[in-house]
Amino acid sequence: MVHSIEDGPDILYIDRHYIHEVTSPQAFIGLKERGIPVFRPGKTIATADHNIPTKDQHLQIMDELSRNQVERLSENCSKYGIELFGLNHPKNGIVHVIGPELGYTLPGMTIVCGDSHTSTHGAFGTIAFGIGTSEVEMVLATQCILQPKPKKMRITVNGNLHKGVTSKDIIMYIISEISTGGATGYFVEFSGSAIKSLSMEARMTICNMSIEMGARGGLIAPDETTFDYLRKLPSIPGIDDLESSVNQWKNLKSDPHASFDHELEFDAGLIKPMITYGTNPGMGMAIDGSIPMAEDKNKEASSSYLKSLEYMGLKPGMKLLGHPIDYVFIGSCTNGRIEDFRAFAQIIRGRKKAANITALIVPGSKKVEEQMASEGLIEVLKNAGFEVRQPGCSSCLAMNEDKIPQGKYTVSTSNRNFEGRQGPGARTLLASPFTAAAAAITGKISDPREFITEEKNVKI
Amino acid sequence: MPKVKFDFLESTCVPLPFENVDTDQIIPARFLSATSREGFGNNLFRDWRYLKTGEKNSDFILNNPKFSGKVLVAGKNFGSGSSREHAVWAIFDYGFRAVVSSFFADIFMNNSLNNGLLPVVISEELLIKLQCLIQKNPATKVKIDLEKQIFTIIPTGDSVRFGINPYKKECLLKGLDDIDFLLSMKSLITGYENNKNLVK
Repeated sequence: MVHSIEDGPDILYIDRHYIHEVTSPQAFIGLKERGIPVFRPGKTIATADHNIPTKDQHLQIMDELSRNQVERLSENCSKYGIELFGLNHPKNGIVHVIGPELGYTLPGMTIVCGDSHTSTHGAFGTIAFGIGTSEVEMVLATQCILQPKPKKMRITVNGNLHKGVTSKDIIMYIISEISTGGATGYFVEFSGSAIKSLSMEARMTICNMSIEMGARGGLIAPDETTFDYLRKLPSIPGIDDLESSVNQWKNLKSDPHASFDHELEFDAGLIKPMITYGTNPGMGMAIDGSIPMAEDKNKEASSSYLKSLEYMGLKPGMKLLGHPIDYVFIGSCTNGRIEDFRAFAQIIRGRKKAANITALIVPGSKKVEEQMASEGLIEVLKNAGFEVRQPGCSSCLAMNEDKIPQGKYTVSTSNRNFEGRQGPGARTLLASPFTAAAAAITGKISDPREFITEEKNVKI
Repeated sequence: MPKVKFDFLESTCVPLPFENVDTDQIIPARFLSATSREGFGNNLFRDWRYLKTGEKNSDFILNNPKFSGKVLVAGKNFGSGSSREHAVWAIFDYGFRAVVSSFFADIFMNNSLNNGLLPVVISEELLIKLQCLIQKNPATKVKIDLEKQIFTIIPTGDSVRFGINPYKKECLLKGLDDIDFLLSMKSLITGYENNKNLVK
């Protein structure tokens, strides 16, 4: 923190700033109008991910407006000296996937990006949160941002996860318990034995979706799992002596007597594979459950609830198991990392895609795509009748062609089931990569636990 | 950043009594491909405002000529989801100058304050009362006095104090700009960098 304004927000220094094509152009226009440079270009990293196609990336982008945005990003990066992992760059990918895998996200940093899923980086013990374009301009201009201090919440998850239950199910369970606005105004620390047992990829999935309960950000204290992840990276920009940094990072944890404004505790053993049935991520339930009735809600809540179910073509009291679906999407900054595709492929291996399913399989980055190829996962998926696309945000927000058609159901490993999120009229059911795989081979909503043997259980 | 002032507003309202209205509803992602800040108002609430055929949806409140005004009275947890500032640009561009709710998503709140759109938080009870009043009588006016931080429902005289960060209040009242302020703090910022050895 640079400075605290009396009765006002703090001036927070930003160690790492990620930008992408959609929320940065207006910020660069602002700089131009002011006639000022980017203050610390070396601290900003850029990628094109939100609107890019996931097929034929070597060709010109068909959509004129999208192409214009990607071109503006390239121009701005070259004009101001910002490193760009743009379209067709061998390290291109979704901003929240490439940041960590290229070693730009490190414990203790303050990290912002004009994207709400910036909370993903909190998995490394960072203060990471999404910002608007005016704030992107602030960071470009001064490397600082004005931020009011958030309240603190700790969410502890203890116990052992059952087979077929993933980090995605943990966070979906928490959001279903506390609602989509349940952590608004808070920064959340996730702790407890179930969280500690997770890999970095799985921790990123948890922190990624902390925004879906309204949290400003989510974080997990760095530990040996974090340091081992960093030790395995081919290089870390700006760090010469990793072990000496690790020794400092070991101090990044909450004091044992730290006080929080709010504390919640959950038992991992109670969590089943989760699925959403409505149009916000808080509307989730166990996959073998029934859609809750509307009776216990007040009038306003009840009308919003029924409107949501109507959009989804579902009714209170219905079970979802066996409900036919049309699409499966695996990818996004929530579940587009290598472990997610390993889990997906584990269920697919030796089976075939259901005839009624169109699957969008989209790696989170070029690096993930390469790793999928080298581990033979692309082969497994091809043999089962699936096509693997090129990296990008894709159907998560459907800014490109990867739209789910009107009225169609999709089991999606992304983070938002908002109305129209995956295309006008699209009906999204959020779930884990296991549940997506089970749906992809059966053509309907299915319990992934039936396809996983205890000994073959990949933990994600 | 536009230097938009806000000090006082008296207006009729448009009610939108749904909870958890996310920024994807306010402005769908497919309209985010512009590289300027202008023109987003045309697509505000696009998929609620227009039918699949492209015609106006006469059931949607913005298409109901009975309701108009510069104040959007929204439901609980307004502006959740994506951080897109385009949502605020769309609301502002359409002509709203204030949004009233019982609570806002954090990023939306910041984005609003950075664009001269005043988010006013009132109790859930009063919010529901206001929604009902407007539905019954679309001529219902409210008064927002930022200096005094007082929100008033004119016909009933309900008057409450609303919260706002004092720094942000000052910025809105005087039309001050955050970046100008931060640029004026440059020596503090470089001092901090030197102290922490942040620029190598």
